[in-house]
Amino acid sequence: MLDAQCGELLRAEPPGVAEALDVVAGFDDALVHGFARLREEQAAALGALRDAAAGSPLGDGVAEAVEKTIAGSASHGNLAVLAGGRAALFGAVHDALLASLDGALGRTRATWQAPAVASDPAASAAASASAGAPATEGGASPETPPTGGSASAPEPGGATPGALAGAVAGASAGAVDNLLGGCRSWLSEVAIAGWRGVDHDLVSAADQAIEALLAVPHLRGLAVLLDGLAAELRASSPVATAERLPARRWADLWTRALLLSQSPSPGARAEGSGGGPADSWRGGAEAVSGRLLILGADVHEHGTAVRVQVHGLLDTGDGSPYRLVRTSVAAAKVDTIVGPAVWRLFTGHPVLMGALAEHRSVEIESMVLLGGGDLLWRDDHARLGEAADPFTTARVALGTAVAPPVPPLDRHPVRIAEPVLVEGYTTDGHTFDLGGNALAVDLDRLPSCGPLTPELVAASSACLGLLRWDGGRWLLQPMAVQATVKRKPVALHTGDWAMGPTDPKVVKAEAKAGDVVAVLRERAGRLLRQ
Amino acid sequence: MDADSVAWERRSVVRVVPPVEPRKLAKVPFVELADGRLQGVVSSGSDISRVYVSSITAGTHALSCSTNNNRPCGGLHGSACKHLHALAGEAVLQYGLDRVARYLRVEVSEGGSLMGCLNGRPERAQAAVVFSRFLRHLAYLEVPDSTEPLPELHWFPAMAGVR
Repeated sequence: MLDAQCGELLRAEPPGVAEALDVVAGFDDALVHGFARLREEQAAALGALRDAAAGSPLGDGVAEAVEKTIAGSASHGNLAVLAGGRAALFGAVHDALLASLDGALGRTRATWQAPAVASDPAASAAASASAGAPATEGGASPETPPTGGSASAPEPGGATPGALAGAVAGASAGAVDNLLGGCRSWLSEVAIAGWRGVDHDLVSAADQAIEALLAVPHLRGLAVLLDGLAAELRASSPVATAERLPARRWADLWTRALLLSQSPSPGARAEGSGGGPADSWRGGAEAVSGRLLILGADVHEHGTAVRVQVHGLLDTGDGSPYRLVRTSVAAAKVDTIVGPAVWRLFTGHPVLMGALAEHRSVEIESMVLLGGGDLLWRDDHARLGEAADPFTTARVALGTAVAPPVPPLDRHPVRIAEPVLVEGYTTDGHTFDLGGNALAVDLDRLPSCGPLTPELVAASSACLGLLRWDGGRWLLQPMAVQATVKRKPVALHTGDWAMGPTDPKVVKAEAKAGDVVAVLRERAGRLLRQ
Repeated sequence: MDADSVAWERRSVVRVVPPVEPRKLAKVPFVELADGRLQGVVSSGSDISRVYVSSITAGTHALSCSTNNNRPCGGLHGSACKHLHALAGEAVLQYGLDRVARYLRVEVSEGGSLMGCLNGRPERAQAAVVFSRFLRHLAYLEVPDSTEPLPELHWFPAMAGVR
């Protein structure tokens, strides 16, 4: 990223973003208080959401949902439409931000192709909405009410999450519907109580549903989302008296969870897509082969999940431009598996981990690439290629690579993670000064499983990172730095320890703690089958 | 509320759950601050398939220790057994003394030990609940990996731990 590009990015504040986020903040405040306890201020905030959605395909549905919510008679379906309205606002903000990023960087982005599952009205509505006004994206559109949302009173107590765990073993469509219904019920209860009204019993009511969700592969996203949210609610308890609440964050998670909890339409199920909401969300898929040049690794983690997402360039070898892709592996874990030990969970993917640790390219053979640029990793379809320095890859090829479109329902600023190379800056350790343009560095996002530290960032002269946006500003999340340490040039990458730490101090600390993953697996093997 | 708090409340990504420190798990594979107790599971030193379920109640500091089959621990008479000492020690490593002491509502003087400041009495508690929570904990290790895009995880970045 050149100085001038950085300047343009930082100066371009897309119009309407601040206003859209103010509307969202009002909604989020209503969710803090709970829909059962709306005062005039929160009712007005919901009115603002209604006004923002007016004129979009969601307009009528949101208007009705707001009216019912204020009257205290909202159904699950009404709440889903509210979530859709909130998601649509973020969809518009996302699109404006990404367009301004693409404009500043001169990045070419492919256009979204509607998924092949055309008989799924939700998917096609979302896809056509994305082609038109961005503000019309989002979840449930009023023409396609969520299957589980009845127009009547909330579901009776029989559909509590607790009743579901045993029923899902085979993950039949009916069992999945019950499970999703349980999630919707729980999310409705949470919305009615408000974050301030969430107590221990309400949090625990989600436990069995989460356990059941984890057993269904295509509902993994909803499972890790709810598990993460429940852990945060527990850690914040008693929420009623907490000094401050992560209102935006929890409302984001609530919204996303409610959209993911919508049962697939019969059309989507008839296509044999597996019956998960995700299927209609991720767009078309193609099989690709070629060489994957790694740019860097981004690690996501909460107490019971860890995921390595690798950003890279795919060279299909047919003369077409390189394509920016993401590929990832997620593992379930527990909170005591932290730091470099998390890599031990990924030993089932030796090619990907080896490529990260050794800075090698990967030759891939007919792997599935989804419409949003996600390569579904198959280690058995990959083999290690030649050495490939990510900094060289970025310098030579990142500028002209084609970026993938974003699936309509995934359009939220939090998903923006655009690889960039910055160099020739001066730094105080917190911001990179590029020709007078100050780009903030996200030092919170230096994971403890890798070698990057704030000190290295402060000593760096080049950085491969991900451009992100949160809290009203652009941030750079480092994935690798070139720095001078003890007068010697070094290059360190987040994925350097993918095959085990290489820093002697860290090796020693790890040896002291022992192999925690092996200890827990032994305990699981012995005790779970007693 | 100050401007920093407002800004914090308006961010999608903030840390809510405090980080835990890595520790050895061989002796005490499971520790948690939950259900109003510091509770966990301690592996038996003599029998590899036996574990002890130990807990200390917040506030009253009542002590409990029994096997997973609900047989009382022979070492818990009047004062804490070695399993409870191990549990408390590992909890302090994992969460830090401050957090554990705050949860149990106990004042630990500068340089004092957590167990030294507790004088609760032995009390039978249901081991089964804690043990099943431990099994649920272990079950995470058997959930298969996923290569799906999982955009949800962008809300959960790995953050710097305790360096």
